[in-house]
Amino acid sequence: MALIVNRPKLSLAERCYLPAIFSGLVITWNHLKRAIFNKGIVTMQYPEQKWDANLPDWYRGAPTLVADEHGKDRCVACQLCEFICPPRAITIKPMEIPSEDKWKKVEKRPDEFDIDMARCIYCGLCEEVCPEQAIFLRKDYSITGLSRADMVHDKKTLYKLGGVRTGLVFKWNELK
Amino acid sequence: MDTALILNFLNTPWVFLIWTTFLKSFILLNLVLGLVSVTVFAERRVSAFIQDRVGPNRVGIPMTLLGGKKDIFLWGLGQMIVDPLKLLLKENFQPASVNGFYYWLAPKLVMIPPVLVLAVLPFGSSLFGVQMTIADLNVAVLYIFAISSLSVYGITLAGWASNSKFPFLGGIRSTSQMISYELSMGLSVVPVFMICGSLNLNKIVDWQVENGWLVAPFWPKGFSVDLLIHHPSAILSTFQAGLSLQRGLLWIPLLISFVVFLVSIFAETNRLPFDLPEAEQELVGGYHTEYASMNFALFFLGEYAAMLAGSGAIVSLFLGGWSCPFIPDGSQGWIWGLVNILVFFGKISALLLFFIWIRWTLPRFRYDQLMKLGWLGFFPIALANIFITALILAYIKH
Repeated sequence: MALIVNRPKLSLAERCYLPAIFSGLVITWNHLKRAIFNKGIVTMQYPEQKWDANLPDWYRGAPTLVADEHGKDRCVACQLCEFICPPRAITIKPMEIPSEDKWKKVEKRPDEFDIDMARCIYCGLCEEVCPEQAIFLRKDYSITGLSRADMVHDKKTLYKLGGVRTGLVFKWNELK
Repeated sequence: MDTALILNFLNTPWVFLIWTTFLKSFILLNLVLGLVSVTVFAERRVSAFIQDRVGPNRVGIPMTLLGGKKDIFLWGLGQMIVDPLKLLLKENFQPASVNGFYYWLAPKLVMIPPVLVLAVLPFGSSLFGVQMTIADLNVAVLYIFAISSLSVYGITLAGWASNSKFPFLGGIRSTSQMISYELSMGLSVVPVFMICGSLNLNKIVDWQVENGWLVAPFWPKGFSVDLLIHHPSAILSTFQAGLSLQRGLLWIPLLISFVVFLVSIFAETNRLPFDLPEAEQELVGGYHTEYASMNFALFFLGEYAAMLAGSGAIVSLFLGGWSCPFIPDGSQGWIWGLVNILVFFGKISALLLFFIWIRWTLPRFRYDQLMKLGWLGFFPIALANIFITALILAYIKH
């Protein structure tokens, strides 16, 4: 089936462009006028204005370690996150909790826990795989540093970013 | 050597001519190149505002880099310095397959003609008795046409020497576009000469000072500041006496000339809606695709300098040059001479703003529409316009 494109018959005013150009100029002038007085501008000026309040609940930001309500590590250094991490950003050095320790039953804790944020792809697999719910993706997205070493988050930074989470995992409870 | 002898030497006519010319050239060139970088900034800022964006509003003077406590915030005005600086510091890369000699020659050929055009523009009346035109040529307008048509060589050479298909297409487009529009541009100013009786831009401006701007004949002959201050009762009668049917009728062909000339200047300077030589969507970057660093910057500066020179020509030919109603010329004191220069640059700035405004309003023409407009629209109109003017001048004497 042939498609027939109808060419509308243009009036003289339309053919000599000038009225259309003039009305176009009026439109852009109004935009210019409004924008000069800072109205109608859609740009968000990032470091001063942020979209943080509107981030969705499922937003995947920087992975962090969380402490439980007693201020103890949730992580038991099982290294599942280290093995699942697609870009191999996580490095864990586990440490055995000595037998004379009160918390011997917990068995393992991380001695060092590094996440290289220059490699992290924010996929969230570490959070998904963690049996102790110790690693969570928070809403921090602006991770910067002046060197590669700066970009590696160590245990201290990870706990600082992560904060405290209360919830289901109770391994640090004496009764359980 | 005592100072009297030196002053005497500087005042001998030919020495005086030489050093004032050098001084005027130096000042005008710096003023214009400064204005070019302001225009580039204005273009970015105005385009942003028209599109409801913010535009470059951050760059100030980075005092913290120099050991200061706080950066100086300038509403983004630092961008004017930073943009050219970036282009200066980039590597001037030459692709392996280009024709070296012409590749390096082309950017200079684009930059030089607009700067040469500045020589004949009357950018002010007079300052301390020195005429504010670098070269008071009798054939100034012809000179402008002759010189500005040379800039097409730079673009064509750039397209050809780059040895790449997109720049080549851009160069070819530019050639045919400029040749087509040069014709209607040349014809559109013929009525101006017929009315003013001179090709000298200074004479044309003087005529407009006396008889009102060519596009706005509301300044009848005999009107002056003196009349307004000392003989207020005579204002109305002088106004009526100064108005004539001939002048009123001539307004029609002059407006047509003005529109044709303005649009042709748009086409000559490759500005939107006539920027087919560098249509990004079709030709990558057009004729300057293969250029980088300062070579690219010369094309960029050349385009804006051409805009400026073109605006200068429009202002001198149609918008009364340095004249402004109720402001006397430089013979009444140096302060008025300065005001005249400011008026000239104010008019140029307004026109540049118009160039920018048009650019962010209109989409690009299709190539056949562009050619059709030039050859079937403007060329016959400009030609008929000459005859209309001639008829009015011949048959209506009052």
